[in-house]
Amino acid sequence: MTNPARRLPPNESAVTDPGTLPDATPQTLDEDLLIAEARQLEITWRDPAGLWGWLTTVDHKVIARRYIITAFLMFIAGGLEAGMMRLQLARPENTFLGPDRYNQIFTTHGTTMMFLFAVPIMTAMGLYFVPLMVGARSIAFPRLNAFGYYTYLMGVVFMYVSLFINMAPDAGWTSYVPLAGPEYSPGHRIDVWAQLVTFTEIAALAAAVNIIVTTFKMRAPGMSLNRIPLFVWAQLVVAFMIVFAMPAVAIGSTLQLASDRAIATHWFNPAEGGDVLLWQHVFWFFGHPEVYIIFLPALGFITPIIETFCRRRVFGYTAIVLSNITTGFFAFGLWVHHMFATPIPELGQSLFTAASMVIAIPTGVQIFCWLVTMFSGRPRLTTAMIFLLGFFITFVNGGLTGVMLASVGFDKQVHDTFFVVAHFHYVLLGGAVIPLFAAFYFWFPKVTGRLMNETLGKWQAWLFIIGVNITFFPMHILGLNGMPRRIYTYLSETGWGPLNALVSAGAVVIVVSVAIFIVNAAMSWRGGALAGANPWDSYGLEWATLSPAPNYNFLNTPVVLGRHPLWDTGSPLPVVTGLRSDRREVLVTTTFDAQPDHKHKHPHASIWPLVMAFVMVELWIGSIFTPWAVLGGVGLTLLVMLGWGWESSMESDVERVATEGRIVEAA
Amino acid sequence: MGVASSIMGSALASCSGPQNVLDPAGPPNRSINHLFWAMLVVAAIIWAAVVVAALWAALSRRRRTREDLEPIVDVPNEEQRRHVGIVTGLVGATVVTLLIFLVYDFTVGRALAERPSRSLTIEVIGHQWWWEVHYIDPDPSKLLVDANELHIPAGEPVQVKLKSQDVIHSFWVPNIIGKRDLIPGYTSSLFLHADKPGVYRAQCAEFCGLEHAKMALPVIVHSRADFAAWLAEARSPAAEPNDSSAKEGKKVFLAGACSSCHALTGVEAYGTIGPNLTHIASRRTIAAGTLPNTRGNLGGWIVDPQSIKPGARMPSNQLAAKDLRNLIDYLETLK
Amino acid sequence: MSSRFERGAWRVRRDATRTTRHALLLLTLTACERENRRFSENPPTAAPTASALVVSQLQPGPAVVEPKIEAPYDDNAWAVSEGKALFNAMNCSGCHFQGGGGIGPALMDEEWIYGSDPQQIFASIAEGRPNGMPAWKYKLGTQQIWELVSYVRSLSSLNPKGARGGRDDHMMVKPPEASTPQTKPKMASTPPGDD
Repeated sequence: MTNPARRLPPNESAVTDPGTLPDATPQTLDEDLLIAEARQLEITWRDPAGLWGWLTTVDHKVIARRYIITAFLMFIAGGLEAGMMRLQLARPENTFLGPDRYNQIFTTHGTTMMFLFAVPIMTAMGLYFVPLMVGARSIAFPRLNAFGYYTYLMGVVFMYVSLFINMAPDAGWTSYVPLAGPEYSPGHRIDVWAQLVTFTEIAALAAAVNIIVTTFKMRAPGMSLNRIPLFVWAQLVVAFMIVFAMPAVAIGSTLQLASDRAIATHWFNPAEGGDVLLWQHVFWFFGHPEVYIIFLPALGFITPIIETFCRRRVFGYTAIVLSNITTGFFAFGLWVHHMFATPIPELGQSLFTAASMVIAIPTGVQIFCWLVTMFSGRPRLTTAMIFLLGFFITFVNGGLTGVMLASVGFDKQVHDTFFVVAHFHYVLLGGAVIPLFAAFYFWFPKVTGRLMNETLGKWQAWLFIIGVNITFFPMHILGLNGMPRRIYTYLSETGWGPLNALVSAGAVVIVVSVAIFIVNAAMSWRGGALAGANPWDSYGLEWATLSPAPNYNFLNTPVVLGRHPLWDTGSPLPVVTGLRSDRREVLVTTTFDAQPDHKHKHPHASIWPLVMAFVMVELWIGSIFTPWAVLGGVGLTLLVMLGWGWESSMESDVERVATEGRIVEAA
Repeated sequence: MGVASSIMGSALASCSGPQNVLDPAGPPNRSINHLFWAMLVVAAIIWAAVVVAALWAALSRRRRTREDLEPIVDVPNEEQRRHVGIVTGLVGATVVTLLIFLVYDFTVGRALAERPSRSLTIEVIGHQWWWEVHYIDPDPSKLLVDANELHIPAGEPVQVKLKSQDVIHSFWVPNIIGKRDLIPGYTSSLFLHADKPGVYRAQCAEFCGLEHAKMALPVIVHSRADFAAWLAEARSPAAEPNDSSAKEGKKVFLAGACSSCHALTGVEAYGTIGPNLTHIASRRTIAAGTLPNTRGNLGGWIVDPQSIKPGARMPSNQLAAKDLRNLIDYLETLK
Repeated sequence: MSSRFERGAWRVRRDATRTTRHALLLLTLTACERENRRFSENPPTAAPTASALVVSQLQPGPAVVEPKIEAPYDDNAWAVSEGKALFNAMNCSGCHFQGGGGIGPALMDEEWIYGSDPQQIFASIAEGRPNGMPAWKYKLGTQQIWELVSYVRSLSSLNPKGARGGRDDHMMVKPPEASTPQTKPKMASTPPGDD
């Protein structure tokens, strides 16, 4: 939290910081003037003091950092639940957890990992880095951003309070009806799930809208669409996927499931004309893209890491961008492959088989591009690179079993068995968590100003890769040997005991590895080596400002002349000036070519996002107990919107300033 | 070492067993196995190639210098063109491999989708957490209602119609064919075609609540002659007890809680909440494949089912010791 | 961040912990019983005594104060739903018609011929009543009868709402228990059996 580099005026760092010394600008700016301006900006963008400032901040870095930390805590919580499950399954007919508790634990594990860890942490990485990578002062809708985080946080608290009072959902993270319906799941356990999903939907949509608008309208001058960093491209595609996928689950859980349970509608009651398969369609129309919503941002982490540590510009930028878009598009055409065991016409199944195989192609394209990049570069095996090797070892395995699962005949054999459990853990740990750890090691200095310990890091990386493979590889065999998933115990006659013991032992290795990470992160945050602005000599705009980035991100908005700004132009970067420092202003540029368009007033700290999140609590958690809460919630929402809008309108009394002539384009 | 060798042993022995995809007992699963092994070999080669390439790329031109001391690699144009060629070739190879997979999968799928015109029809109804099995006969009086065990003849496809009484279950006999869900509001069906007589184990494969883990179904594949004999035997009504203790046991069964949920063909017990017990004594297991059918297990199950299958619909029964003994005596006569 | 911010943050965290702890305590008290699933236990309460068979306030001598027995499962959603499953499985609807009454008396109105107290309903189920109600104590265990008691009470919303059932996965024959308006129980004006 406290970092000397963070406070201005740090004369030394101002001098070493390429972003702040725009020698190349036509008017050579006086150094003293720059420091004065930095000081002024620091004051302008500062949060109010004390607790009030802590609650009202709209700084995208502060919010995203909370987001990342909360989501990582959820990773640990979900991991502990996984550990309990592995303890229970380590030997046949174990009695550590009974069926009631086990079902709650495995449902909470899945729900936590998908809704409270994976999606939030991926969007949070975007919320932190997209503005920095596109050279913006801040994010497009900072209050919406804060509101999204608080809503997510309420969901987290809601879920875990439920777990501790024996009210956690217990019908699996997929909550299939009729098991999750009112007749077979009495009480409020499934209501908790349905409304938790609502909280995370709102949070994800808020993040997605923010990322889309920030990417389209707030890029640094010169960063035309074909120069957007691949990290940002991945985030952009995912943001659009969220916009299209989340409404499906909103309809499914918030509208249909919740109202079936609370006000006796009959969406899923076949006796009254409903249909239980409707739920599966609606759920998987969201659920399958969800996997890619988690996985694509991770692919976005990989490219800059490979480029930086191989000292080579990535091969096939256009191909990778198109792969991302194709994946995002096809991801919506695969959902039925989760339903091959249901009575779906065979012709339809064949279509989804073909689509499930096609989606392997764009991912293959990206992998081939990275391999070629590595081959023709000069790689250095830092911790992040070791993690990426783990990505190839682990993710490719998961991807290939995914292609196998596209086959209807084979899928019907291993669907809902441990083979599938192995498959999706290979994909999600290999394709998302391993790149995420690589990203942590890579961008940690940008967030904290300090480097992580590489020795501990390499230990962690290898232990994690080995642990994941020991844990999940035997599950393939268990699935083929007939072990269904979501069972709380099994008979010793099945012969599944020894392999399950091995799996549980592998889980211990993962726990050790994550423990090392936590120790490493905590120690490095306090006492790691100072990183400086650009410790890896990387190319992105985020490395052109201080580490950690000041609250105004960039002293002057950088100008981009290529895909790899710091490598193409060399530092310091040319800048545009003209944004006022005594007032929160951001530069808005055109969507395609990123030409400066106008300056936009940027909001100040506000308590309304937090208040609105509490209204969401009243609305969604209240709706479990009485439908009247919805009415009350809508009323309160309108009231809070009034307050929110009132405050905004009091602020935006300033006219939109035509920027013509004030922005100095650098040479 | 012992643990390691037992793990190795079980990994090696993992290609056989009564509940194993890789130990086919009929033509459909055999063709799925061919598909699986073919895909596995290709996938293993691709995986090894990618991993070797990644490791080689990372190690062959490895450097230990810091980034800022190393110039950015500038790739000459002809090398860039070569890379385009390599990537295009690899993508082409991927497309071809996937196409081969797809065509192979479609041929297997077509073979599996064949519907024989006439066959024996069996109805399997899923309950939380047991299986009801109806052997359909054109003559309605010959309808046989059984539970928690499925008998089929070898060498011919048997149609299994699948229904659910409560939540979604999934019927899966790994050695014979892939699974099919039992969905309320739908009737789906599949064909069981086994050619190796033996005892296999099916297990519910769709999470169905508390006792999903203990919802198994022994599947007995008979030779054709044996099956006919078994069917005739199974259609007989419940055996009349001979000795006095079994006669007492029958009274306990009819007067007590048993008959309100369980039916006995030919006796005044019509309950349909629990499994039909007409031939309980000749079943291999009790509690849906959970316990071997022994006298001790039967007694334990009657008295305290909730500690064996917590949440199951069978309540605990406080019976006097003599009544319990007589009841078990009676149940053991129901061959 | 200045240290002042941090102090602020700490204060928030401390407050949050305290509030959370209180909230947790409160929730534990309210939610634990409702969500519990007690699969097997010794008879939750001893079977009611004969005094439960008292069905009328009219009696010679001074009024007898009978000890009131709480229904052990009134606030337990799982047990109430098990009671509903039993109600259907044991064909209670054969006479009571989903609680609407027909051959047997209605179970969702305000009239209670033999009383609406838990122990009175228990006695009605366990011991049977004149004019056709069989004695179920030979067929059902104490725990199951108590589950039925709570389900029957939920038919006229005499138990807490959170434990009452929602709609069934069957034809809709009556509003779900959770949305049934509560009735004020009273003893039937007509003598028992004179229907």
